[in-house]
Amino acid sequence: MAKEMLKGNVAIAEAAVRAGMEAYFGYPITPQTELLEHLSKRMVEEDRVFVQAESEVAAINMVYGAACTGKRVMTSSSSPGISLMQEGLSYIAGSYIPTVIVDVMRGGPGLGNILPSQGDYWQVTRMAGHGDYRPIVLAPASVQEAIDFTILAFDLAEKYRHIVVIAADGQIGQMMEPAELPVMRPPSTEVPHWALSGAKNRPPNVILSFNLNGADQEKVNIAIQERIALIKAKEQRWVEHYTEDADLLVVGYGTTGRIAFTAVETARENGLKVGLLRPQTLFPFPDDRISELTDNIKSCLVVEMNAGQMLDDVRLAVGGQVPVGYYGRMGGAVPMPEEILEAVEAEYAKLQGV
Amino acid sequence: MDIPMEIVYQRPESLTDTHTHYCPGCGHGIAHRLVAEALDELNMRERTILVAPVGCSVFAYDYFNVDGCVAAHGRAPAMATGMKRLLPDHIVLTYQGDGDLASIGIAEIMHAAARGEKITTIFVNNAIYGMTGGQMAPTTLPGQKTTSSPFGRNTDIAGYPIRMSEILAQLDGSVYVVRRSIHDVQNIRKTKKAILTALKVQEAGLGFSVVEILSNCPTNWGMTAEESLTWVEENMVPYYPLGDFKVRDDAKELV
Ligand SMILES: Cc1ncc(C[n+]2csc(CCOP(=O)(O)OP(=O)(O)O)c2C)c(N)n1
Ligand code: SF4
Repeated sequence: MAKEMLKGNVAIAEAAVRAGMEAYFGYPITPQTELLEHLSKRMVEEDRVFVQAESEVAAINMVYGAACTGKRVMTSSSSPGISLMQEGLSYIAGSYIPTVIVDVMRGGPGLGNILPSQGDYWQVTRMAGHGDYRPIVLAPASVQEAIDFTILAFDLAEKYRHIVVIAADGQIGQMMEPAELPVMRPPSTEVPHWALSGAKNRPPNVILSFNLNGADQEKVNIAIQERIALIKAKEQRWVEHYTEDADLLVVGYGTTGRIAFTAVETARENGLKVGLLRPQTLFPFPDDRISELTDNIKSCLVVEMNAGQMLDDVRLAVGGQVPVGYYGRMGGAVPMPEEILEAVEAEYAKLQGV
Repeated sequence: MDIPMEIVYQRPESLTDTHTHYCPGCGHGIAHRLVAEALDELNMRERTILVAPVGCSVFAYDYFNVDGCVAAHGRAPAMATGMKRLLPDHIVLTYQGDGDLASIGIAEIMHAAARGEKITTIFVNNAIYGMTGGQMAPTTLPGQKTTSSPFGRNTDIAGYPIRMSEILAQLDGSVYVVRRSIHDVQNIRKTKKAILTALKVQEAGLGFSVVEILSNCPTNWGMTAEESLTWVEENMVPYYPLGDFKVRDDAKELV
């Protein structure tokens, strides 16, 4: 397929259709709404399910019910809506069923604004719902990656029977750039053995996140943790630039990762030994690779559009071996490459003992 | 002498042989049996999916011999919506208490009804939060004592009970909305008939159907089973009149 000019939100929506998504449930919220609008047309054209829910609480529970049938389903929202979905996500996590959700993050806290932000890093990587669970979190830095990660999200969700969050920010959702959509993949006709499909010629299937017996509920938790350990071992994804001889490693994801790349390139042109690691999975966080790189770098700089959330994960990966600096903007402010370059130069200067 | 034997009463196929945890005399057991008999009679068991609520009937998935799940508190109609949209030929049931449906889940039930979701809701109204030990529900009667309205429900502080059937009947998406009671045999029979009709409405794809069932909670009402049934008749029925609040024209032949 040829490249075309696509807006991030529309690209994710169309990629989901082409990934064989059979039902979508959502509630309007900027800067994600084009996603819902696109699907309100496309899902009907494809004779699939589109429901505009009465709230994000309802949307995620519709997703929960729909996912129980074993078919590919999705919802999307932006930060305040994701807050509302945390209840449903906790139930889904406890039920061991695949689900894809898209968070096009905006400025907070509270109603905040509709500008790009990465303020949901903790909310989506830790999950703000109750109980112990971690979803897989994919952070696209371009419209193309948003498309590719949408396809990947459905595959990973099914593979691990797990929640996958596509954590985009308002910038990725709203911008247009050339990208290539995948070919149409028809919905699967296979019904997974665990799905609810009617107890015909088999004992009833039951899907629940409930167990009054403490020992049994602990077993459920152990199973969840084993799955998460497997995901951690197998699914860490990232991209690197100029890391071979870097003294300073910049770590940024999504929009900030992309802006940081521009800053790092300029720094290289200026002769600074700076590299970039851009996590594509925020969970599992690529900490194995970061801790490997820690042996060779002298310092680290984290850049985000929040007050320093991934910063925690980088610190954990670095394990106190090198200093970890931070540069961030908040509340919908997007850093310019020059600002990041300045932060890079300041961090670099510390290394030279200037 | 050979006495000819005939089975006149047995467990419906749609119920499992699990012993329920319901208190002696609790109306949930009766409501379960009626739903199960209706599923058997309509030959629906093998394509039914039950959405159990949070409340005393949270274990319903274990008692019904059908595919099932447990929703978050109040969210059963949303979950059922997701399922039914993807499995339009299946029978999707929610079974909900009054706290679940009329309090925390009032948005979900109203919108499921308004959208005309082709699901059936069995709404067991016992005027109290049974599972959490007898607190005030949105359906608790004025003056009724509960563990969170120890002086009796004071409408100045706690407002008034909600008559859900009357409200749901107002929505264009609802097709069959009736209130029944299980306080005596005659009413139990009527309840069963209503459940049959509600399921037929779903089968015919007409829209949303709900049977509100006035029920008892002897344990949290602090009564014997028998006293509690009298209490339903003498106190609940006057506040929550029995009857058909909506039988849309296209559903009339299914009654
Ligand atoms: C979000 C949430 N809030 C509160 C509870 C606690 N809770 C469990 S059951 C229940 C009330 C159930 O009452 P009702 O729906 O009337 O059903 P009954 O037990 O009377 O059959 C409550 C408040 C919960 N499980 N989840
Ligand atoms: S507490 Fe009340 S509603 Fe719950 S099982 Fe006992 S009698 Fe029934």
